Amino acid sequence: MLEVKDLAVSYGRVQAVKGISFTVEQGQIVSLLGTNGAGKTTTLRTISGLLRPTSGEVLFEGKRIDTVPAHQIVTLGIAHSPEGRRLFPRMSVEDNLLLGAYTRRDAAGIREDLDRAYALFPVLGERRGQAAGLFSGGEQQMLAIARAMMSRPRLLMLDEPSMGLSPIMTTTIMNTIAELKASGTTILLVEQNAQAALALSDRGYVLEVGAITLSDTGAALLEDDRVRRTYLGVD
Amino acid sequence: MSTLHEFLSRWAGPARWVGLGGAVLVMVAAFLPWAYLPAALDNVTYYGEPSILQWLGFALGFVTAACLVASPILAAKASPRTRRLLNLNRGATAAATASLVYQAIAAIAVALELGGLITLEPGAWLGVVGAAVAALATRALHAGSDARLRYLPTPAWAQILGIVVVLALVLVAAAYGLGLEDPGAFVAFGTFCGLAAWVLARVGIMGWISAAAAANRSALVLASFVVAFVFPFTQNGSDANMSIAAGVLIFAATAMGLNIVVGLAGLLDLGYIAFLGAGAFTAATLSESAFATLGWHPPFPIVMLIAGCVSALLGLLIGSPTLRVSGDYLAIVTLAFGEIFRITMNNLDGSDGPNITRGSNGIPAIPNLDVFGFNFGESHVIAGFDIGRFANYYWLLLLVLALIIVVFVNLNKSRIGRGWVAIREDERAAEAMGVNVFGLKLLAFAGGAFLAGVAGSVKAHVDVSVTPDQYVFMESAFLVAGIVLGGMGTVGGVLVGAAILKLLPEKLRFFEDYRLLLFGLLLIVMMRFRPEGLLPDQRRQLEFHAEDDELAEEADAQALPDLATAGAALSATKEDRA
Repeated sequence: MLEVKDLAVSYGRVQAVKGISFTVEQGQIVSLLGTNGAGKTTTLRTISGLLRPTSGEVLFEGKRIDTVPAHQIVTLGIAHSPEGRRLFPRMSVEDNLLLGAYTRRDAAGIREDLDRAYALFPVLGERRGQAAGLFSGGEQQMLAIARAMMSRPRLLMLDEPSMGLSPIMTTTIMNTIAELKASGTTILLVEQNAQAALALSDRGYVLEVGAITLSDTGAALLEDDRVRRTYLGVD
Repeated sequence: MSTLHEFLSRWAGPARWVGLGGAVLVMVAAFLPWAYLPAALDNVTYYGEPSILQWLGFALGFVTAACLVASPILAAKASPRTRRLLNLNRGATAAATASLVYQAIAAIAVALELGGLITLEPGAWLGVVGAAVAALATRALHAGSDARLRYLPTPAWAQILGIVVVLALVLVAAAYGLGLEDPGAFVAFGTFCGLAAWVLARVGIMGWISAAAAANRSALVLASFVVAFVFPFTQNGSDANMSIAAGVLIFAATAMGLNIVVGLAGLLDLGYIAFLGAGAFTAATLSESAFATLGWHPPFPIVMLIAGCVSALLGLLIGSPTLRVSGDYLAIVTLAFGEIFRITMNNLDGSDGPNITRGSNGIPAIPNLDVFGFNFGESHVIAGFDIGRFANYYWLLLLVLALIIVVFVNLNKSRIGRGWVAIREDERAAEAMGVNVFGLKLLAFAGGAFLAGVAGSVKAHVDVSVTPDQYVFMESAFLVAGIVLGGMGTVGGVLVGAAILKLLPEKLRFFEDYRLLLFGLLLIVMMRFRPEGLLPDQRRQLEFHAEDDELAEEADAQALPDLATAGAALSATKEDRA
């Protein structure tokens, strides 16, 4: 579904991503793991058109998208829930969700998806008129995911959905991600919480300083010595 | 401050009586002369016959006294629910403070106009002293919690009646205030209006009114429009006042257009007046003025459209390269653009290039509009009332303003409006949502410019002549100030802000030299005490203030068990490792 080929991205003279390649198959959850500055977020931002690659290609469903402007990439079927959630804190929950559906014109379908989001996250439905900034971290993450889903994406990219959340909330969010997969959405997940991410993933890629150093199935990576030492804190 | 309050609150009982005494002094003062000569404040020299301004002073004293007397009675007799509807103690404090401010301003105005404190008569002194006593004493009262009148279930007819009464009062106040020739009297009356609104807010009545207004939007809009429509009938054909009113409407219409750019899309445009100027110059060159430089004179509706399009085109021209920069840079670029426009208009005088604007002379003698056989220059008598030239234009401008408001409201509610607000809040996140950031910004810029151009085409005919020096940077700054003062992104707020900023300099010619200083002070005070503007967005204000404490408590309560489980999980992992 998504194919990234020799992708390189630079901020000025600093090369953040140095020629990485990976694929995401239809219906999978794929994780990009790595420490701060490994290039995970840069990769997602390039796929969603917010950054331009210096070389390499991004193909979505067989078409090159690395020159398509950001606002059209959403229409193609890719939704990006950015790092730090990036909600619109002073707008209501409902307005946030409607912005997620910004590229859609089918009022009835949007209404339907709103109801679905409220059914999935009842807390959002109960307080739909309140400003998003007043919610707790976990609730905001739910809203960020729900907002990304409002564009009815075929590929959902989540950037560190567990950041700043309590262990219980992290579990809740990870269960939600599993549910989204079960309902047919393909997911590209960026995480620092390797344990939680790999447990869900069909495939994982480990990034170090802009390059992929390891790739395998999620289960295999969970057992891998290097991953266990570096990312799972096991001696 | 707080120690003073603690000290005073021990004396809450006696303070009520002292405050009452002060309030009575204020009321008595209204029946005594305030000034030695009749020239100040429209004559406040009589014994026993208060002028209107003295009656207003009496009213503040009376409200203070009424609140002081009614508060303990209400506390003793009424059920707890009824008791909490109004906050009379706060009302008493506010009314007494308002009294003090009002009496002091009246006394200062008299002293300034007649030349020295010696010209003050006993009434003025008694008023200030009585109000000061009352203001100090009422500080000792228990402040209590917010009035709950706004939550009182009220039938729709009563709410609509409330709206109509308030708007009728606004009409009477506007008619009376515009008619005041004496600057001191105008300042005193304007201050009184502001203070009265503040006292009503403190008692809790304003809350009820805004709840009623929120529940009956269409009634409010209709009633406001009717009030604005009948306003010329209150002016007895006075063209002087109607010309001020027409000026206010032009300013308000322009500010409303800018409100789309600044209030919705969040683009700080400091050169917006150029679009008004472009519309005015377009209309002037297409008019039948003998000095018009183009030989083509299409009918006015078409001129309006062309003026709008010329401005919009200019908006696109300046917007497409500059909207890629953001924030402060955009402000600088638009500021420069405003100046470039003015200088260009000055230079298009034919000496070095085409002659379009006749340079600094501008285009004078623009004839009155004549649309569908109706000549805007002629006076009419409607139902016994004289309707002059400016009243005709006033109604036309009202129509233009209504059009701009309709556009604004519909955009605000639409998908496009939501996109703009998203851009204002977080541009990168909006882009990630699929919002075409650049396109929408350009649309806001060009759309706002179009509306300003339309307003400018009418302005050309109202003003009779169009010159480049009418469109200087200060005008753009005032437009932005009007929006900030009233409440960014709202309709009512911007109308109020525009009215205040346009009305004050027109009525207070004597402080022309200090105008900028005073507006600067006004804006600083606003930013300190009410950054959201005079009439902020109701929903947003609620989200920011009313629920903050409640939600913070809730969040804390939820966070505690979260922490407990997190702690348990941590110790569990430690045990595992051990």
